[in-house]
Amino acid sequence: MSRRVAIVGVGQTETATKLKSYTHPELAYKAVRRALDDAGLSLEDIDAVVYGSMDEFDGINCPDRWDIDAGGGWHNKPFIKILTGGSTGHATASIAYQHVASRVFDVVMALGVQRVGENLDAQAVLNKAFNPLFLGDFTLGSIDGWALLTTMHMAKYGSREEQFALASVIDHEHALNNPYSHIKKKVTVEDVMKSPPVCWPIKYLECCPRSDGACAVIMVSEEKARELNRKAAWIRGVQYIVCTPYYGDRPGGVDWLNLAMAGKRLYKMCGITNPMEEIDVIELQAPFPIVHFLALEALGFCEHGEAGKLIESGATRMGGKLPVNPSGGVICTNQIGVAGLVRIAEASLQIMEKADKRQVAGAKKALAVGMGASRGQYQSVMLLTKDWN
Amino acid sequence: MEKDIIEVPYTWEIPFKYTAGEVLTKFFYELKEKRIMGIRCPKCKRVLLPPRGFCEMCFEPLEEWVEVSDEGVIGAFQICCMKFLGAPEPPWASGLIRLDGADTAILHFIGGIDLSDIEKGKEAIKIGTRVKAVWSDAPKGLITDIRYFTPV
Ligand SMILES: [Zn+2]
Repeated sequence: MSRRVAIVGVGQTETATKLKSYTHPELAYKAVRRALDDAGLSLEDIDAVVYGSMDEFDGINCPDRWDIDAGGGWHNKPFIKILTGGSTGHATASIAYQHVASRVFDVVMALGVQRVGENLDAQAVLNKAFNPLFLGDFTLGSIDGWALLTTMHMAKYGSREEQFALASVIDHEHALNNPYSHIKKKVTVEDVMKSPPVCWPIKYLECCPRSDGACAVIMVSEEKARELNRKAAWIRGVQYIVCTPYYGDRPGGVDWLNLAMAGKRLYKMCGITNPMEEIDVIELQAPFPIVHFLALEALGFCEHGEAGKLIESGATRMGGKLPVNPSGGVICTNQIGVAGLVRIAEASLQIMEKADKRQVAGAKKALAVGMGASRGQYQSVMLLTKDWN
Repeated sequence: MEKDIIEVPYTWEIPFKYTAGEVLTKFFYELKEKRIMGIRCPKCKRVLLPPRGFCEMCFEPLEEWVEVSDEGVIGAFQICCMKFLGAPEPPWASGLIRLDGADTAILHFIGGIDLSDIEKGKEAIKIGTRVKAVWSDAPKGLITDIRYFTPV
């Protein structure tokens, strides 16, 4: 029987295209140091480390080897690396959770490090994720793949470019409250619409940046959480799902039936019957506006095709019924293999009431959604709660 | 720190050879003859393109080859307007194309259209637009033997 697990410490670094003051392990160390301080723990208290990073963005074959020292590897600690494309960060946290839930370890740290700024063109790196036998020649990387889904959504449901632009505007608005955000710039729907098309219908101001950054999250058993007696966010449930790499034969196409299945599993696990009424805030790994649409629809916050209206209603803004990305999300900061872990870190800060200017008042249930690999091949969801029941 | 932080340049340039296996090898030999071959699942009866060794839905091995048309319909598209490393000079378009006789779509270039005015490009390429393969004059047995798909 698995046991309850809580998050008791979060450490994030600042983000930028290039954080030149630190080497890879020094960046990792900074996040670890901050997480330990936040939890009031020392390195000796950590039983094991689960590490996540995507090798290719940073141009390092096994960056885990570089960062072992920053994860306390010198101190006889189990250390393991996780890699599931863009959802690496979320998966790293899921595995750390299972380390504790399984009763194998009491205190585990999830650590993510990524330096997307080290490469000179992330799309060229992303291109290498596609099967070279029949996909590599025709795909750029990530932006074009999400643009395909955007045109599908527009054709099937009549979603408008202004609605996609608004999702980006809201993320930018929220990012102004987050000291760890990479992009801090107010933009209007008009600004977004006038910004140059990158892969039409996706425009420049709808694209995530390339970010350097690290994040560490400390998870403990229920017994340990009671002993520490600090602010904590319960990991009420975790689910993940995968989808075929064949671009052209996804069941449901633009309706993301896989994420919907993962969401249903999570809601069942957590006793959620009406997500819109019961969930207070979402942190969503959405590098482009279309992901807001697909995820909100698949996870049951509105009907398929209705996300544009939901966003226009103001519900997803700070102060709305369901704030999405109080942190500013991935459109404003994308340290790719870490971005899923940051969603969990930010959702935990909301529950622990440590989110400062981006705090959603009274948040009791926060959903962290991870996404990765060629337009959502890996999808994952975690519910963090203030109270277990 | 007063001085600029040093950045050490480094390049990965390592050739690989990716094994096509028996199924894709047959597909590539047929492409050389300007024929597009899908493979049918005995259970769900879907004709899968690109062909593959097993049906991921039914978990059955596949061996029944079926020729599909080099004409089909656009299911999704995008128009790339910026220059990226290793990608074609912009503007260029790609899309998911479901060929007649196949149950799944393939990703490929959409070409033969003036994309310099994006508004005109959007008129020429739409979801539902019928397209036809434009073949290379000297096919090599690669997916790029189809240069692009163009509206019919
Ligand atoms: Zn089948």
